[in-house]
Amino acid sequence: MSRPEGTRGSRCCLQVKFVPDEDVLKHIADDAGAKVRKDKAQLSASVKRFVKKLENISDNEAQEILEEKKYVATLGIHAQDPMGNGSEISGGEVYSFQTPKRSNKMAELASELAQTPEKNVAPDHSKCPEKMARIPQSSKEMFLLMHVFSLLFQHKKKEFVSTTPYRLRRRLAAPDSYLESESEYSASCSEEEEDEEDQKEVSTDQKTPAKTKAASTPPPRNSLAKKVKEQKMANLVEEYFEAHSSSKVLTSDRTLQKFQKRRLNQQTLHDLLKSAPLAYAAEIRDLNQQHESLFSKWMLQLHLGFNIVLYGLGSKRDLLEKFRTSLLQDSVHLVINGYFPSITVRSILNSITEEVLDHIGTFRSPLDQVEFITKRFKEDSSLELYVLIHNLDSQMLRGERSQQILAQLSSLPSIYLIASIDHINAPLMWDQAKLSLYNWLWYETTTFNPYVEETSYENSLLVQQSGSLALSSLVHVLHSLTLNARGIFRLLAQHQLEKKDNPSYPGLSFQDFYQQCREAFLVNSDLTLRAQLTEFRDHKLIRTKRGADGVEYLLIPVDDSTLTNFLEKEDEDV
Amino acid sequence: QQIQEDMNKQLLDSLVSFLSRSHSDFREKTTEWTCEMKFREIPTAALVLGVNVTDHALTFRGLSDVLQDNITPYVALLEAKDCPGIKNLMQKLMGQLMSCDVDVDSLEDEDGVQVSQNRIRCSMASLISWYESVTKKTDSETPSKKRNSSSRHWQSPPVVVIFKDMESFTTKVLQDFIVISSQHIHELPLVLIFGIATSPMIIHRLLPHSVSSLLCIELFQSLSCKEHLSTIIDKLLLTSQFPFKLGGKVLQVLINIFLYHDFSVQNFVKGFQLCIVEHFYSQPLSVLCCHLADIKKRAYSLSHDQCENIRRLPSFRRYVEKQESGKQIELLTNDSFLKEETEKLLEDIHVYHENYVSILRCLHVFTSSLPKYPLGKQIRELHCACLENRVWETEEYESCLQLARMLNKTDLVTMLQQCVEILMSSSGKKFDKTVGKLKGFLTQFQDLEAEASQERDVSISSQKELQRKTDLYHLQKTLLELKESRRSKKLTKFEMLRFEVVDYIDRLVRKYLVPADDRTLHEIVYFNAAAVLRGHLNAAPRTALHTALNNPHWYLRNQALKCDGGGISNKAPDICIVYKLHLECGRLINLVDWLEAFSTVVMAAEEPNADAASSDHVDDIIHARFIRAVSELELLGFIKPSKQKTDHVARLTWGGC
Repeated sequence: MSRPEGTRGSRCCLQVKFVPDEDVLKHIADDAGAKVRKDKAQLSASVKRFVKKLENISDNEAQEILEEKKYVATLGIHAQDPMGNGSEISGGEVYSFQTPKRSNKMAELASELAQTPEKNVAPDHSKCPEKMARIPQSSKEMFLLMHVFSLLFQHKKKEFVSTTPYRLRRRLAAPDSYLESESEYSASCSEEEEDEEDQKEVSTDQKTPAKTKAASTPPPRNSLAKKVKEQKMANLVEEYFEAHSSSKVLTSDRTLQKFQKRRLNQQTLHDLLKSAPLAYAAEIRDLNQQHESLFSKWMLQLHLGFNIVLYGLGSKRDLLEKFRTSLLQDSVHLVINGYFPSITVRSILNSITEEVLDHIGTFRSPLDQVEFITKRFKEDSSLELYVLIHNLDSQMLRGERSQQILAQLSSLPSIYLIASIDHINAPLMWDQAKLSLYNWLWYETTTFNPYVEETSYENSLLVQQSGSLALSSLVHVLHSLTLNARGIFRLLAQHQLEKKDNPSYPGLSFQDFYQQCREAFLVNSDLTLRAQLTEFRDHKLIRTKRGADGVEYLLIPVDDSTLTNFLEKEDEDV
Repeated sequence: QQIQEDMNKQLLDSLVSFLSRSHSDFREKTTEWTCEMKFREIPTAALVLGVNVTDHALTFRGLSDVLQDNITPYVALLEAKDCPGIKNLMQKLMGQLMSCDVDVDSLEDEDGVQVSQNRIRCSMASLISWYESVTKKTDSETPSKKRNSSSRHWQSPPVVVIFKDMESFTTKVLQDFIVISSQHIHELPLVLIFGIATSPMIIHRLLPHSVSSLLCIELFQSLSCKEHLSTIIDKLLLTSQFPFKLGGKVLQVLINIFLYHDFSVQNFVKGFQLCIVEHFYSQPLSVLCCHLADIKKRAYSLSHDQCENIRRLPSFRRYVEKQESGKQIELLTNDSFLKEETEKLLEDIHVYHENYVSILRCLHVFTSSLPKYPLGKQIRELHCACLENRVWETEEYESCLQLARMLNKTDLVTMLQQCVEILMSSSGKKFDKTVGKLKGFLTQFQDLEAEASQERDVSISSQKELQRKTDLYHLQKTLLELKESRRSKKLTKFEMLRFEVVDYIDRLVRKYLVPADDRTLHEIVYFNAAAVLRGHLNAAPRTALHTALNNPHWYLRNQALKCDGGGISNKAPDICIVYKLHLECGRLINLVDWLEAFSTVVMAAEEPNADAASSDHVDDIIHARFIRAVSELELLGFIKPSKQKTDHVARLTWGGC
């Protein structure tokens, strides 16, 4: 159950603790007798309340129907707006709701606002000027929305105080589905100026699934969920699976390619970021100074057999570097950049044995190596080693075995480990045994520093990396080839582009290709074609694969967009 | 600082030694048994150790040491992580056995067996031949020499193989090993010991019947970790020997971590160590936290600054305010006078501790036997309650007293006797009077017993009277009278005495179980920073990330970031904005939409210079910032690239949609 936390981290953490607590309490029932009794008392109390709630249910339902009417009404009003007064007024209406007096109103507000961002995103192809006018507005709306959501969360935290959250959530569920309908609706946004009847119909349509959803879950459970956290969890679980059950995800279909913006490559990105001023530099510096004041304490605790792990938002690299330069200058230390994509435990161990212990020779397995290191460190008590690991939770070091080995290393009394973690699920790497080997002391060091180094090795979606390279190399290589060879490649590329919609396209079979080449008078025998293909393969322009039937398939290992660009360029040249 | 570190180390050592001591009784039981079990199929001991896996290493180390000392020199400890296959297992086993053999033989300068371990062909046969050669050697060559070094060793000592964590071994390896070794059992007396964390059923689940029938399993239950905890608390906290004390909240935190997270005694000890470190690091006056004998010396060596520190302590200020004015001035200005006073106060605290512990135990004797345990069953709960506030002001204590007033005599007498014993054994001399008083109560109870027999006679006679009067009116009258009299003289002598006893206990409690916060200079001895401890031991990285992303103002104290109602301003750091925006999305996020929303927000924030001519450049910068923020989110594990749809990322967390 720890997966779906994330956004409401603090609250969910509480819950996650809560459930095992009960289990544990059962285990130690004789031990913590008083506590169990208290719990029981609470439980019974909640059961009582639950009974009371059952009585109230009919009452509630009536109220809910009433609210739903109101909700539909507001939808109607909202639908009127864009037609009548344009976006300005709708914003004004939003503001009028901003001071919620009753919690019900807030729910309405939430639903109202939930539609707005979708609105200003979807229909902008046709109406650029309008969109421009809307920009500041929409940002405000966005924040209002956030505001509401956070209020909502606060409410949920205080759930046993008021009965509203449940209703709020149901509200939320409703606008959610409404949202989807909205996006569908706005996909055909040219008919936005329809009459309000239609819109209402859509909304009521969407309403019914939401309602059936609520009805499908047994009513007593729902009402209990208002009160008891666990039930709440169950409800959350339901929502989770609801969200993940539908294989179809409704998002807009726009892609970055249609988006008129050139992709940035790593270098320009870096330059651009350098030119952009870092916000709140002074505050960040203060924050870092606070952490730096802890350095001597860290030293003491490292020497007392603890190991230190740093967590919190922001790159902790600079902090650790500073620690290193200020305190570890005169001692043997090893810095491990965990974020480096090709780091392995083996390389870490090798650097210990070869550079720290001056041992020449290889080991059969990492376990042997660890044993050797352990022995050396035990024999020679004057040996001391500080190990600094940036990003202990990186892709390469995450594995069970590497963590085990690192933990064993860190448990040596003369190896002092100080590491940083960033991933939200990083603590899940360690089980009890490893935790006790590591003997962590946790330090929160939120720095807000950008993760410059750490992310530079990642293949970000937005950064154009291999694409530009591939294109330039394609052009480069092909220019050095004969005209016929270029023609052969073009043929293959065109064929591949034709089949780009077929995800299981295996490639062009050699025989077919030969036929096509012959028809285009590019080759005269399959030997020449093979020679040509070998040359392509040497330049990594194509890849050959043997299919299940033994036929050779040819494929250009470049993504479609690059290929299109390439063909366009070729056309220009010709 | 140096002295402090020394003290720390001392403490740690004593802790560790204690921990191993606590296992020893259980260990002896095992060793006895292994001696008896020598000639069966494969004698196997299954140790059920409980879920606190982290403590097991210590237990096993102790166990193997004891075995080595008392029974056999051939002990091998195997861990699952070292033995992925039967070959590795054998290798490991051979290595360990041979090396411990070398240890024994090194006295006699034997190096015949000292072949490089990696070269040996590891098989059962070689193991057996090795074993035979070793035993022969010990038997024939130097029996006299051997006797004194291993006089308690058996003629053909068994080879003990300990599987530390049976659950994590692969079944095949275990099965193979057992089958193979069972075939060689006649040549090689092998004893297996399984360490089990869950339940003994696991043996049968891991091993099929054909294999488990080769074993002769005896089950041992180790002490539960709770008992370890209470002994540790007993020995560390409830003594006056250690000058360092834990505050109520801190103790609560430690116990909660223990009970709700890991059941690991080792972690508890670690937490305790951390407390000591923190205390000595953060409290400049902790120099004075030492044994009684050293106080005088250290108090005199206090510098002026340290004296000022003492004056700044809140508890000391309270103390000063209570004194008359002359003494106040003296305390605040004269360093040497202050030192004397400090010494006196610290001695007071020491005495208070001695009294506190014994009275706490007495009270525990009373409360632990009451129905429903209003003050908790364990002494640690009582201790926490007493540390936190005045225990006699709590409701639970009230109900305790009420229940105590209803105790029957035998219970009461045994409790009083226990109390007397506790008080007698305690070192404080102040308790002579108390002991006398309690003994007085005891004799009074004995007197009562004598009286009671007489009383019984009286009541019998009255009943006889009752039987004599047969007519209705008289009967009614006498019954009424009886009732009346019973109501009035409700308090028999026993009851009176009982009240007296309870009141006396109550008085003792009020006198001695004052919470430590009320004592002057308690800051020196008590560690109370529970929040710090919690942060270091039981950290919540997710929460920290969440607050940093949702409420950057919490970390970056900038007015521009401050906004009401938990919202977020559009001037927040990029990653916060991107994070907030991504919360609004479902399972998949369209990057284009996301970028657009981001640039909208950022443009709004930079409105004044947005209309500058270099809008294209600004656009690029925003784009770059967005890319950075997104890749940071990816690093943090909130999103990952998705192949389901072009230019989409998948959300990895759930909750906002």
